[in-house]
Amino acid sequence: MADKPRSFQEIILRLQTYWAGKGCAIMQPYDMEVGAGTFHPATTLRALGSKAWAAAYVQPSRRPTDGRYGENPNRLQHYYQYQVLIKPSPPDLQDLYLGSLEAIGIDASMHDIRFVEDDWESPTLGAWGLGWEVWCDGMEVSQFTYFQQVGGHDCKPVSGELTYGLERLAMYILDVDHVMEMPFNDPQTPIALTYGDVFKQTEEEYARWNFDVADTDTLLQHFKDAEAECERILAQEHIDPKTGKRIIMAHPAYDQAIKASHVFNLLDARGVISVTERQAYIGRVRALTKACADAFVQTEAAGAVVDA
Amino acid sequence: MADLLIELFSEEIPARMQKKASADLQKMVTDGLVGAGLTYAGAAAFATPRRLALSVEGLTAESKAVREERKGPSVSAPDKAIEGFMRSTGLTKDQLEVRDDKKGQVYFAVIEKPGRKAAEIIAEVLEKTIRTFPWPKSMRWGEGSLKWVRPLHTILCILTDEAGAEVVPLEVDGIVSGNTTRGHRFMAPEVFSVTSFEDYEAKLKRAKVVLRAEEREELIWQDATNQAFAQGLEVVEDRGLLSEVANLVEWPVVLMGTIADDFLDMPPEVLQTSMKDHQKFFSLRNHKTNRIERFITVANVETPDNGSTILAGNQKVLFARLSDAKFFWENDLRVAKAGMDEWVEGLKSVTFHNKLCSQADRVERIVALAREIAPIVGADPEEAAQAARVAKADLQSEMIYEFPELQGLMGRYYGQAAGLSDAVAAVAEEHYAPLGPSDDVPTAPLSVTVALADKLDTLTGFWAIDEKPTGSKDPFALRRAALGVIRLLLANDISLPLRELLKSEIAYRFGYAEYGPIVDMYKQYAAAAKSAGLDFIYDDLSDRLEANEELVQSGIVEQSRAAVPGATSSLLSFFHDRLKVFLKDQGIRHDIIDACIAMPGNDDLTLLVKRAKALSETLATDDGENLLQGFKRANNILTQAEEKDGVAYEYGADIKFAEHDSEKALFAALDSADAKIAPAMKAEDFTTAMGAMAALRGPIDAFFTNVQVNADNDIVRRNRLNLLSRIRTICLSVADLTRIEG
Repeated sequence: MADKPRSFQEIILRLQTYWAGKGCAIMQPYDMEVGAGTFHPATTLRALGSKAWAAAYVQPSRRPTDGRYGENPNRLQHYYQYQVLIKPSPPDLQDLYLGSLEAIGIDASMHDIRFVEDDWESPTLGAWGLGWEVWCDGMEVSQFTYFQQVGGHDCKPVSGELTYGLERLAMYILDVDHVMEMPFNDPQTPIALTYGDVFKQTEEEYARWNFDVADTDTLLQHFKDAEAECERILAQEHIDPKTGKRIIMAHPAYDQAIKASHVFNLLDARGVISVTERQAYIGRVRALTKACADAFVQTEAAGAVVDA
Repeated sequence: MADLLIELFSEEIPARMQKKASADLQKMVTDGLVGAGLTYAGAAAFATPRRLALSVEGLTAESKAVREERKGPSVSAPDKAIEGFMRSTGLTKDQLEVRDDKKGQVYFAVIEKPGRKAAEIIAEVLEKTIRTFPWPKSMRWGEGSLKWVRPLHTILCILTDEAGAEVVPLEVDGIVSGNTTRGHRFMAPEVFSVTSFEDYEAKLKRAKVVLRAEEREELIWQDATNQAFAQGLEVVEDRGLLSEVANLVEWPVVLMGTIADDFLDMPPEVLQTSMKDHQKFFSLRNHKTNRIERFITVANVETPDNGSTILAGNQKVLFARLSDAKFFWENDLRVAKAGMDEWVEGLKSVTFHNKLCSQADRVERIVALAREIAPIVGADPEEAAQAARVAKADLQSEMIYEFPELQGLMGRYYGQAAGLSDAVAAVAEEHYAPLGPSDDVPTAPLSVTVALADKLDTLTGFWAIDEKPTGSKDPFALRRAALGVIRLLLANDISLPLRELLKSEIAYRFGYAEYGPIVDMYKQYAAAAKSAGLDFIYDDLSDRLEANEELVQSGIVEQSRAAVPGATSSLLSFFHDRLKVFLKDQGIRHDIIDACIAMPGNDDLTLLVKRAKALSETLATDDGENLLQGFKRANNILTQAEEKDGVAYEYGADIKFAEHDSEKALFAALDSADAKIAPAMKAEDFTTAMGAMAALRGPIDAFFTNVQVNADNDIVRRNRLNLLSRIRTICLSVADLTRIEG
């Protein structure tokens, strides 16, 4: 039986090792602010098209409205997700997943592990899939989804996506009640750090900024700018006049879509978006991600066959 | 004879879909088998989280050979007709028979369909079933194109007879049928083969899978109640939760856990909802204190430590959940104790409907309506207004954000915390009632007042913007709201004329929907509508609106005048339609209701129903039934005479022209009935009025037996017609009997 990990980072390292051993490319976090690991182009865009793909990575995720100044035992405005995407979804994905739990110290013979219906939908990504939330002893430890559509495109083949909420999972494994008390590195190490040592102050700083200080006029402008830039990028000719090559800029455009999405989340946290406006903003972000998806499927990375 | 066993083994099937899926499997397969000519003795279907199974017993080994004869065209028919016949029968010309018929020689096709082996039919039917299965939502996986609720892994399909079990060969999208399955995901994951349904069920049980959902439910319920009983507690019954939980496990293991003391003082409903929604726990109640003190969780696995790790984990999760709930509860209590102003204010930013208004505006209308309705219901207007103002405040509370289903109930707790009287606090919970046709109707005057105001506001609002229910579409539950109004009025015997009230509310909402931002104008408008009546308002409104040129130019007065009266009639008819449905269930015929709706005062539903009930009872008596015939006869004679003579016989019957005793007696009877009916009607005592009307039966019958209306003497004839007219007038003053059928 697997021995228990001793720190937050050890759980992450074990997941990295496990999924690397199962053939996933271990990617690094995307270098932009996103609300969830799904937004990483290694998931959103790579779930599109016919090319096989297998990737795993940690993604820092931001949900401004969830900020609690670091006081709530498990709510954070900045947290980590561990994300796995395999296309096509292998027939033994459930077993692979259960193996990963064992790797981080969850012994299936001692725990009650359950796959409970949970259909996933992301209005901003124009995406949906069917799957489960995985429960361990009554706690949701992962999301397990078979992507059916992304950016309005049917996923063919279907990708299997696994998302682990790392803090919550680690708190459970390490048996701590408050996230800030969780050992970040090995507690036996000379400079032992807790999660709170690393993030308590930033949670406070961001909570204050998110809720009360962020300048809404600036944010609204950022939203418009990102939207306009995204559209401008996608409107370019596919043939680059300088190199003469066919270069569809799906990724740079998608960056702008991600930016718009995050700015929308910030505006939401500032409480300046009414219920009716909310739908309109979500629709605008979806239009951007859909346009990016439309662009991506025409590229080689999506398996598109391009005449020379 | 053979027995068929099918198992479709997949990744976890959503709990809520299992029951219907097993029924669908049974129906699709058995229908398919029978359709192909097989018969069977019995069938049963089962579902667990990972499998759908079907057992069909006593299946015939093959379908019968079928011989079919079809008559075709004449031998001399054009080639095209003969070719068509050959195509449709699949035969060649020399396979057709020529027979003599009345009209000469005719082609006949004799089609022999040989019997088919059961296995062949099963394979075909099962493949079709899998490919067209009606899952509420289905998905693709991997590189395949097959759709199933979650990835389908194996198909077990065997036919068992005396000779033994044989796999029915079939393949669906690369999945080849076999005779094997697996047990519990963790406790018995090994593959094993089966030879019959009995073997299958027994081996599954050994492999820690209880196949039957009822059995899993029973196991859970028995164990849960036993464990609760041992602690002096009772399980809060919840059939829905039981069936859900039973479909989340293949091997139920019931574990009882404790709730930390910190949480026991929260309202029991909060504990129960939090545990059920988030964790699917059963609540254990101490019936002495009415507190929820422990919980039951159902695991899917037996562990070496008898579930203690699992239970510890669940308790930990529960602790976090309840900490959240307690955090909400305490924050909410703070706002409540400060008078809930923060919430009332917050409702301004909540849109009720984008064409209508915010929740705060709605509350304001409900307050105004409650104030108006209160005296009629017997409630204090100021108290009603106060109750209406805070009845929806809890919608802004953190607890309701988390658990919307606790709306109203929490409002009551918070109202009490705010120091409101119990009666005012209760309004928060009770004003939503009645929700369903069998839901209790509130009786406390304050609750009744606000419940009426709330529903009338909703209805008039949606009628003002022309969003009525159509067919099966009723997204805003307007039928339910109308039925709620009806039940509130009837159960509490409230006489509330609706027409003017609906009209002024619709007018207000109409104006608001069109010109919402200019709120003050519509407040004036509504106030004037209330004080002066609506027709006056349309004349007066122009003057009032002069202050606002934009509004004058908008032509709102004309628009309102054009739209509001029609919308009002439409809403009133909607109430009448709902009332008919409601009374039909109570055994009152629709024509009886129609006869009463045709009378004045039909917008007072309580009065209308009293009239209808009295009429229904009267017509059920022998006198009543015969009176109706007498009335119809009188009315027919009168109508014909009036048509023929071109005059209306309305009054002037004089006893001095009465010749026959029966005629004189009818005069006397009508006088006496008049004397009784008029005051009774005035007092809305329909039973007395209708009794007096029914008492006319004897004299009317005698009159028609002994007297000929169309006498030769014209004076006598006219007098008699005028006498009949008195019958008609008296009867029609009670109800429009012309609308009664039969």
